[in-house]
Amino acid sequence: MTTMEEKPVQTASRLRAESVTLGYPGNIVARSLTVSLPDDAFTAIVGPNACGKSTLLKALARVTGTQQGSVYLDGRAISSYGAKEVARRLGLLAQSATAPEGITVGDLVARGRYPHQTMLRQWSDADERAVNAALAQTGVTDLAARFVDELSGGQRQRVWLAMALAQETSILLLDEPTTFLDLGHQYEILDLCARLHAGGRTIAAVLHDLNQAARYATHVIALAADGTIAAEGPPEEVITAELVDGLFGLPCRIIPDPETGTPMVVPRSRNTVPAAHYS
Amino acid sequence: MTAVLTKRRNANRRAVTGWPVRLGPVALLLKPRTVLAGFVLLAGIAAVTVTALGTGEVDLTLDEIVAVLTGDGEPGPQFIIETLRLPRALTALTVGAALGASGALLQGMARNPLVSPDIIGFTSGSATGAIVSFILGADSLMQVGAGALAGGTAASLLVYLLAYRRGGTGPRLVLVGVGATAALTAFNSYLISKAPIHDAMAAQSWLVGGLNNRGWDHVTVMAAALAVLMPLVAVAAFRLRALELGDTTAQVLGARAEASRLLLLCTSVGLAAMATAIAGPVAFVAFAAPHLTRPLTGGRPGPFAAAGMGALLLAGCDVATQRLFSPVPLPVGILTAGLGGCYLAWMLATSRRSHR
Ligand SMILES: Nc1ncnc2c1ncn2[C@@H]1O[C@H](COP(=O)(O)OP(=O)(O)O)[C@@H](O)[C@H]1O
Ligand SMILES: [Mg+2]
Repeated sequence: MTTMEEKPVQTASRLRAESVTLGYPGNIVARSLTVSLPDDAFTAIVGPNACGKSTLLKALARVTGTQQGSVYLDGRAISSYGAKEVARRLGLLAQSATAPEGITVGDLVARGRYPHQTMLRQWSDADERAVNAALAQTGVTDLAARFVDELSGGQRQRVWLAMALAQETSILLLDEPTTFLDLGHQYEILDLCARLHAGGRTIAAVLHDLNQAARYATHVIALAADGTIAAEGPPEEVITAELVDGLFGLPCRIIPDPETGTPMVVPRSRNTVPAAHYS
Repeated sequence: MTAVLTKRRNANRRAVTGWPVRLGPVALLLKPRTVLAGFVLLAGIAAVTVTALGTGEVDLTLDEIVAVLTGDGEPGPQFIIETLRLPRALTALTVGAALGASGALLQGMARNPLVSPDIIGFTSGSATGAIVSFILGADSLMQVGAGALAGGTAASLLVYLLAYRRGGTGPRLVLVGVGATAALTAFNSYLISKAPIHDAMAAQSWLVGGLNNRGWDHVTVMAAALAVLMPLVAVAAFRLRALELGDTTAQVLGARAEASRLLLLCTSVGLAAMATAIAGPVAFVAFAAPHLTRPLTGGRPGPFAAAGMGALLLAGCDVATQRLFSPVPLPVGILTAGLGGCYLAWMLATSRRSHR
C-alpha cells in the first residue's frame, strides 16, 4: 500500500496488471508487462496472432495466475479476493468456450448467474431479470429453448455473449467477440458493446479488424509479437502506418474513415506478379 | 401475417420457464419436466418395491404388505417381508441410487456421456481389493466390501494424482483412468490365476455383483453412507453448473475448476465405493442411469434424477432376476451388464446428436 502512495497512478484504473510475467511452462509470453484498462473506456486490444492477447485477458480475469507481478482489481491484488467476488465484478468471454452437449440456450445463459447464487439460493427474481435482459440484448430470446449444439457458429457466439452479460459485471473482457460472425452480426455485436459502454460498463475486447477497433474503441492497446506494448492511447494516435507495418508486416496507408473520420487501414497493393503472367 | 404475429408473441414470452420455489433458505427454479420426472420415478420405484415385496415363492396382497409395513401384519407375511424381501429391496434401491448419482457426477465432470466409474480406474481397483481380501481369507461380505472400498478409492486417487500436472487434471483424468483400468484388469487376472481355486471362485462370483443374502446391516450401512454423501452431491451438483462449461468459464464464473473437480471426483468415488462394498461391482447402472433419465428430464439429468433412475433400474433388475430365473436367481450384475451393453450399442447407433 505504501508503494502506491509513493507512486501515484496517473489514470484511475480499476483493473491493471503490474510488471506481470505471463506464460506457460517453458514458454514465456510476456515479461514485466504493465497494462491498465482505463475506467469507463472501451479498450480494443490488437496484435498479431499468438502475441499473448488471450493470455493477458485470462491473467486479468484470474483464470490463470501470473508468474511474477500482480493483477490489481479495485486497488487490491486480485489474488486476495474470493473466487465469486471477482466474478461479480469482472466477466470474460473466452475465445474457445464449448457448451456441454444437450444444454439449452436459456439454461446456458442462466449459468452466467452462478457467482450471484449459492448452493441453497439457486434462483432469484434478479437472476430471472438478468437472464431475460441478456437474451434480449443479444437477440437470442427466440432461441431460448433450442439446444446450443444445434446452433450456427454466429448464433452460438451471441449466446455465449449473453451468458457473459447475464453475469452483470461492470468490467467485461471479450476475447475476439466478432470472430466467426458474418459482417452484419460483427457490427451488431460491436454496436451492442458500444451500448454497454455507453451504459457505464468498462469494456476490453480483442479485435482483429483495426478499422472496427478505430471506430468503436476509445482506447487501443497494441501488443507486439514479443508480448510488449507497442503503443497505447486513443485510436487516432495508435493506429499509424508504421505501427501496422511493424506489427503485422503489412505496408498500408491510413486514411480517414469516410463515415466516422477515424483511422482506416488500406493495405498497399502487393500484386508484384507482372500483369503479363495472367495472360 | 399470422406467422409474423406469432413470432412477435413468442419473442415476448418469458425465456426462462419454470416455477421459482422458495422454502426457508432454499430458492430454486423448478422446471416442469424435473417435477414430472420426479413423480414418474417415484411412481416407478413404488411399483417395483411393491412387486419386490409382494411376489415370489409366496405371493402377498397389497393389503398384507401395507399391514406389515404399518406394523400389524400376520406373522407369516411379517417374516417374509421383514427378514427376506424388504432388506433386499432397500439394498437394491440405495445401491442403485448411489450408482446413478455417481455416474451423473462423473459424466458431468468429464463432459463425456460415456464415462462411468469403470473409466477412472475405480471398478478395477475395487476388484483388486476384493480379490486380495479373498486371498487373505476374508469370510464375510462386509470384509470383502471393505477391501473393495479400499482398493477402488486408492486406485481412483492414484489416477487423480497421475493425471495431475501443471495444476490441473482436465481431460487427462479419463486418459490416465483408461490406462490404469487396463493395467489393473491384467493384474486382477494374474491374481485370480495364482489364487487357490476356492478363493478364485469366490472372487469371480463376487466380481459379478449381486444382492443375494443382503440383510439389514447392509441397508444400515448404505443408508448411513447416503445420508453423509447426499449433501455433498447437492454441493457438487451446484459446482457442476459452472464446471461443465469448461475450466476457463468455470474459473470466470467463480468456481475454482480444479477444486470443484476434486470435490466431484471424491463424491462420485465415495458413492460408487459404498455401493460396490455392499453389492459388488454391479455393471452399467452408473453409466446407464443418467442416459435413461434423459427422456424424462428432457436434457442432461442432474445427479438426483439419475439417483432415482439408478434405484429404479437396480431394484427392477433385481426383481426380474429373482422372478424370471427362480429357483436359482441370476446375480443381478449379469442382467444389468447384459441390458446395459445392449442399451449402449443401441444408444450409440441411434444417437441424434454427435457426442462432443
Ligand atoms: N494452454 C497453453 N499452453 C501452452 N502454451 C500456450 C497455451 N495457450 C497459449 N499458448 C501459447 O502462448 C502464446 C500466446 O498465446 P495467446 O495468448 O493465445 O495468443 P493470442 O490470443 O494473442 O493469439 C502462443 O505462443 C501460444 O502458443
Ligand atoms: Mg487469442
